[in-house]
Amino acid sequence: MNILEFTLLVFITSLLAGFLGSLIGLGGGTILVPTLTLLFHVDLRYAIGASLVSVIATSSTAASAYIKEGFTNTRTGMFLEVATTLGAIGGAALADRLSPSILAVIFGVLLLFSAYLSSHPSSKCQFNARPRLLATHLRLDNCYPTANGWQPYRVQNVLAGFGLMGIVGVCSSLLGISGSLKVLTMDQVMKLPFKVSTTTSNFMSGVTAAAGVGTYLSRGYVDPGLSMPVMLGVLAGSLLGVRVLVQIRSQQLRQVSSGVVVLLAVQMLYNGMLGRI
Amino acid sequence: MTKFTQIQMDAQLEQILSRVLRTGVLLAAIVVSLGGVLYLLRYGMNTLNYSIFQSEPENLRTLSSITADTFSLQQRSLIQFGLLILLITPILRVAFSAYAFAKQRDRIYLIITSTVLAILLFSLFNPVA
Repeated sequence: MNILEFTLLVFITSLLAGFLGSLIGLGGGTILVPTLTLLFHVDLRYAIGASLVSVIATSSTAASAYIKEGFTNTRTGMFLEVATTLGAIGGAALADRLSPSILAVIFGVLLLFSAYLSSHPSSKCQFNARPRLLATHLRLDNCYPTANGWQPYRVQNVLAGFGLMGIVGVCSSLLGISGSLKVLTMDQVMKLPFKVSTTTSNFMSGVTAAAGVGTYLSRGYVDPGLSMPVMLGVLAGSLLGVRVLVQIRSQQLRQVSSGVVVLLAVQMLYNGMLGRI
Repeated sequence: MTKFTQIQMDAQLEQILSRVLRTGVLLAAIVVSLGGVLYLLRYGMNTLNYSIFQSEPENLRTLSSITADTFSLQQRSLIQFGLLILLITPILRVAFSAYAFAKQRDRIYLIITSTVLAILLFSLFNPVA
């Protein structure tokens, strides 16, 4: 196929990825990397480069809307960004040392692990939990809008969350994904309400990706011909997704999220092991 | 400060952040689209194989050459320039946050956001190559 056809197909795919991604907090990268490598046979490094770019686009667009609606916990996000950006730089340094096949396998394993964890939530969000020292000191506790008005919540396990976010940052640069891992950490470890987790993850993802993109750009992993339809498609998709979020129930979102993640993870694992990536 | 003032300041900050993000992305999208249209007009009928990895040519990799080529309207450089604008958007967002926290005399968060900003600038100008 020629460049025009390729560009259009990638655009449409990215549109779908952006839509789904902005709804379930995946930031598009989780969907884009497998799709680009498996469906379009794009080399993994180009795919990750384009996906990091798209993560910045999704994150910034969706975040701007979610902030206004009051879901995002900006202070928690900014605090955790210290960890994710440090991790992202570390990951970018590592990216050269690992072969695409190994990266694909790690990708698959991580996603399966996160899908497994999301389907076994440890305990429901505690609205009346006792305040934690670090959370209070950093003023992380907040409230979010629900059908019944503003619901307060408290943030738990701040240090553990911070440490895990460092690892998530590494994965972001290494694999082009980070959304689902962030959501997982905030949802399960830090006990934030699900919609706060997804929107705050969106908020942080752009900054995290930006920390890794600098290196990718200078190494020549970011191709304009590929990044262009990806970025524009994802943008359009996430703009649509943002309008729909408030109307969907968290429970449905969790289930769709898990399903999509498992599907893609298995694909990447399988193809990575066969060396097809 | 009182809880109410905190909430008010939060709201103001969040409005600004929102606007910064949206403007940056919009600008980036416009530049990328422009570059994209020019690119497709020029190269649309060619074929290209993305499964083979070759690093991008030198002039698409560094800040200075991308900017230079952009002003001569080289299609791919124009797109790359748009991507740079996109890249800078979250960095600007963090810079604005730091400024807002400085104005609010919020020392803890000023330190936190400044740290993130420093890390981001480091990655941009000193990519671990």
